[in-house]
Amino acid sequence: MIRFTSVYKAYPNGAMALKDVTFHVSKGEFVFLTGHSGAGKSTIMKLLFAEQRPSGGEVRVSGYNVNSLQPDDVPRLRRRLGVVFQDFRLLEDRTAEENVAFALEVTGARTDTIAARVMRVLTQVGLSAKSRAYPRELSGGEQQRVAIARALVNDPAILLADEPTGNLDERATRGVFQLLRDINNGGTVVVMATHDLDLVRQTVYRTIEMRDGGLVYDSDVDEAAAEAP
Amino acid sequence: MKLLTREALLSFQRAPLLSVLSVTTIAFSLFTVGLFGLVAINLREALRGLEERVEIAAYTFRGTPSETIVIATQDIAAFPEVQDVSYVSEEEALRRARSELVEFRDAYRDLQVNPLPASIEVRMKAGYRDAATVGRVAERLRGFGFIDDVRFGREWVQKLDQLRNLTGLVGLVIGLAFAAVAVVIIGVTIRLTILQRAREISIMRLVGATNWFIRGPFLLEGALKGLLGGLLSLVLCYGGYLLFRDSSGGTLSGLVFFGPQQMALIILFGVLLGLCGSMVSVGRHLRHV
Ligand SMILES: Nc1ncnc2c1ncn2[C@@H]1O[C@H](COP(=O)(O)OP(=O)(O)O)[C@@H](O)[C@H]1O
Ligand SMILES: [Mg+2]
Repeated sequence: MIRFTSVYKAYPNGAMALKDVTFHVSKGEFVFLTGHSGAGKSTIMKLLFAEQRPSGGEVRVSGYNVNSLQPDDVPRLRRRLGVVFQDFRLLEDRTAEENVAFALEVTGARTDTIAARVMRVLTQVGLSAKSRAYPRELSGGEQQRVAIARALVNDPAILLADEPTGNLDERATRGVFQLLRDINNGGTVVVMATHDLDLVRQTVYRTIEMRDGGLVYDSDVDEAAAEAP
Repeated sequence: MKLLTREALLSFQRAPLLSVLSVTTIAFSLFTVGLFGLVAINLREALRGLEERVEIAAYTFRGTPSETIVIATQDIAAFPEVQDVSYVSEEEALRRARSELVEFRDAYRDLQVNPLPASIEVRMKAGYRDAATVGRVAERLRGFGFIDDVRFGREWVQKLDQLRNLTGLVGLVIGLAFAAVAVVIIGVTIRLTILQRAREISIMRLVGATNWFIRGPFLLEGALKGLLGGLLSLVLCYGGYLLFRDSSGGTLSGLVFFGPQQMALIILFGVLLGLCGSMVSVGRHLRHV
């Protein structure tokens, strides 16, 4: 589903955000992306949803080659992904259900199917009772659930979550994390960037650790190597 | 498509002040161009009366048989540039002189011999009344053996030409200047709308809306504002026209307003201006959002 091969990324200002990063993610996986702030986690996410292009190496996502993506292919790739961020990125002047419906409306979904699809994902994230609430009337955890519902409404193959619990208290963090696990159990690949090591240690999910733009640890590869002899 | 229209219309609701501003600037620009256009078409209307009088007079040698002149008249009437030809006999010339030149009436009455030559008066077709063409036809008339002298208002024709060219040029310059101003203002207002909606646009991008889907409402918005601006400018022009006509106390009662085709053209121009402004702005600013 995801394949990074010797990926380098230099930003126009010269900052080397990624150096020789190689990993791949298969169908059905849940992957933690960890590392200190500035390690390159968000840059990996941006390459995955084609907001940035690699400076070297190759990035493949869901059958698309991000290196040579045509302008028309960018929206096509993004419709197969769901993306959520630390700051939720909801539209303040729209209700929860309008925020979710927005993702369908602007991608040309059939109007008569929208309401039902929106209700289905809001139910899935546990917010069907608050579908008419505006973001300011919702807690941080609830706002992130709306954002997740919006990311899910196009039935993505991959869900990218960049520090989704970064702004949440512990209780809300656990709730959102559990939701992401449920989504993964439904077959969706989940890549979650976080520096919350407690969260990472609670589970046995695969962990990729970044430091200063380099990949320093990949539990899949390193544990396989440790078990090999 | 329904959504596209709704999005475009929503911009009026979202930013009423900006929308009103851009519509009025387009309207004002087109109003100025329109007023100029009105002056131009009325000037042209007035010139047409003058132009009708552009003629060439070819004086014949005394004693030229009238059959020769009649045959020549038919030849001349067949020139592609010529509208009509009339023969003014010696007697007719004298009669005209007596009635038109009142000061010399007595002098002409006492004449025993008519000193005035007969002439052929040639009027040019519309579109052939410029100095060069008139000069060419005059030259051709000189070629007839029985023609003594050819007179035509060369200077007058040239002045008429210059006036017409100047009118066209001034109109073009002013029109272009205002069009540029309108495009810039539309561009600025669309840019402000884009900035205002930056968050929405970035989310549209994120969830996979196509570029055209994102651009569509802005282009439609520009076109719609252009349409409204065009309509408003016509209303303003008509107001100005009525005011001007009626305050003249009847001397300008013959003033004409735009015909339906010209009005449609002004509205189309407004739509194009709106589209132009939004396209420039969308092209320049949307990718940075
Ligand atoms: N848009 C950008 N322009 C320039 N440098 C950037 C940009 N985004 C990130 N960087 C730099 O790239 C490095 C990695 O950043 P990032 O991927 O955001 O790390 P993380 O998400 O792990 O905190 C940092 O040094 C950061 O300063
Ligand atoms: Mg980050």
